[in-house]
Amino acid sequence: MNTSYDVAAVAVIVVLTLGIGTYGLRLARTTSDFLVASRTVSPLWNASAIGGEYLSAASFLGIAGLVYAYGVDMLWYPVGFVAGYLVLLLLVAAPLRRSGAYTVPDFAEARLNSPLVRRLASILVVAIGWLYLVPQLQGAGLTLRATTGAPVWVGAVLVAVVVTVNVAGGGMRSATFVQAFQYWLKLTALAVPAVFLLLAWQGDGAPDLAGPTGPVFRETTSVQLDSPVLVQVLERVVVTEAGAPRVLEPGPARLAPGTVVFPAGSAVPHVERIEAATGDAWARPLSGAGGLEHPLYATYALVLATFLGTMGLPHVRVRFYTNPDGAAARRTTLVVLGLLGVFYLLPALYGALGRLYAPELLLTGRTDAVVLALPGALFGGLTGDLLEALLVAGAFAAFLSTSSGLLVSTAGVLIQDVLRGTVGDFRRATGVAIVVPLLLALAATSLPVGQVVGLAFAMAASTFCPLLILGIWWRGLTAPGAAAGLVIGGSLSAGAVLATLAGLADRGWPAALLSQPAAWTVPTAFAVMIGVSLATRSRVPADVGRTMLRLHAPEVLGLSRGR
Amino acid sequence: MTDTAPPTEPPRRVAVTSPRRGAVRRPPGRQVLAALDEQDVVGELLIRSLMRAQLTLALRLAAVFGFLLGGLPLLFAVAPRTRDTEVLGIALPWLVLGGLVYPALWGGGWLYVRLAERNERDFVDLVERS
Repeated sequence: MNTSYDVAAVAVIVVLTLGIGTYGLRLARTTSDFLVASRTVSPLWNASAIGGEYLSAASFLGIAGLVYAYGVDMLWYPVGFVAGYLVLLLLVAAPLRRSGAYTVPDFAEARLNSPLVRRLASILVVAIGWLYLVPQLQGAGLTLRATTGAPVWVGAVLVAVVVTVNVAGGGMRSATFVQAFQYWLKLTALAVPAVFLLLAWQGDGAPDLAGPTGPVFRETTSVQLDSPVLVQVLERVVVTEAGAPRVLEPGPARLAPGTVVFPAGSAVPHVERIEAATGDAWARPLSGAGGLEHPLYATYALVLATFLGTMGLPHVRVRFYTNPDGAAARRTTLVVLGLLGVFYLLPALYGALGRLYAPELLLTGRTDAVVLALPGALFGGLTGDLLEALLVAGAFAAFLSTSSGLLVSTAGVLIQDVLRGTVGDFRRATGVAIVVPLLLALAATSLPVGQVVGLAFAMAASTFCPLLILGIWWRGLTAPGAAAGLVIGGSLSAGAVLATLAGLADRGWPAALLSQPAAWTVPTAFAVMIGVSLATRSRVPADVGRTMLRLHAPEVLGLSRGR
Repeated sequence: MTDTAPPTEPPRRVAVTSPRRGAVRRPPGRQVLAALDEQDVVGELLIRSLMRAQLTLALRLAAVFGFLLGGLPLLFAVAPRTRDTEVLGIALPWLVLGGLVYPALWGGGWLYVRLAERNERDFVDLVERS
């Protein structure tokens, strides 16, 4: 495997990102320039930009990795990511554009006239932004490790530095074009290798993707381990470890760092975290393949988190202001639905082919690398190298674009609301905003990136979803109600997230409830927000009628929109 | 209407078109606009009716998708045979979750945009006509 192509791919993406960022900075120096320029942007470009920012490490690597390890139930992740946009379109898109508020804190203040709710919302934006940044940096680390063998921190630090330089320099945000380009790059980078892989699979006689047996090594495979691994051996097998034969009996076994050679046709031992599953069980919904606890509950909680969490993601919303009016916001969202739907046809394919051609990742536990491992496994030589480089380029485009969007939103809120007066300027705030997720990413390397993103969705669904939906559609929402809902929903979901990140519960109902908290935190947040609002009815803002008019009346009427 | 007209005369031909389609936009009816702007009883009623129409539409579509998509895991749970059923050579769960769901979601979005814009057009017409 020639790693120079991968390094070149990363270098090209980094230079392009910084280059276009700097160029875009000269083109659009102020926010109003940015806004005015954006009105000449067509819905397709605008939607591509939203897609470019939305498709993150979780979409590019994480979903395939989850499907690979846990089976068909994981397809609810991409379905939820897209359905979340439909919910956003139905309930939030046009009114939020008409509200004229750029961020949720802005919206909260405009709707409820409450500095307290504004501040709470700001803290939550930062928390969700940080949580969402962690898997991006993690993904960068494991991509470089999987392709070049560099330690995990290299990729994470590289992306953190590039994004900070880019955002602090004012790039990225100003250029809708860059983000739009990123969408098409990511789609190409995932689609072209997929076609090659499918053809190779066909050429291989289209072997069954789901059979009565578990994954096996199809040919003699040497697995490189750079840290000790605890595995469950399923069948007796004689391997070559460090040049000497070793018999692995069924049951737990410890493999030392080094090279282990497995004979062709032997069953793949699984890393402790992932339970072995036959192809049939893996392909069947609700089978709990891979050791998933309480799959029916987990599925519904995931559905709730992703369907309702999308509207609350900080970097998603800002893009809606590049639409001239509410109707355009709706049309753009519709195009986004189409673009995302096309992209999400692909990750499942990688996950399924990985069971056949890259089963060793079930042993090493590096399931998130399945997308990157496939070209090398199916094609030798230049074809494999080039396809892998293309995937690396797409993956880095995903890390950089999503991280940039998140960092802009997080740093902006940080300097405006949370650390007012204590941080000097936007550049310093950007530095603060990236350090925390970087440390978290270096600390929590064992969780799959797709799952961490799922936690960010759960937190957004438990806080901003009730605030936005009730704020837009219910006149009775009061500042105390909103504040209570944000505090309860935020602390419950954050507690579940922290417990999961710390690995406090890994079996049974506690694990299911904490790793997929949305099913109980979202209804609680709604109930608290509604209940406290009803109890403080006298605090309904006096100008709620005018706010509702602004949120819902079409712009063509030309009603006075300023406050 | 009375029937004093001579019965021999054929009915006059009328052109039936959508009102105001393509017509030059007349400045909105002043009174209603002012009512909206000043938040009096009429204005309140108008904007409430628009909100109700839009919310009903959104909730109906959300309910349809909630039923179709949200019902799937339950279907798989109570009718285990659906987990293995093959359609066109692909297992049903993979076909639906890996492919069919995306055009369906797009279709739902398309329908919503059409109907929501119609609600808004009706509202604007109502304001302008009065």
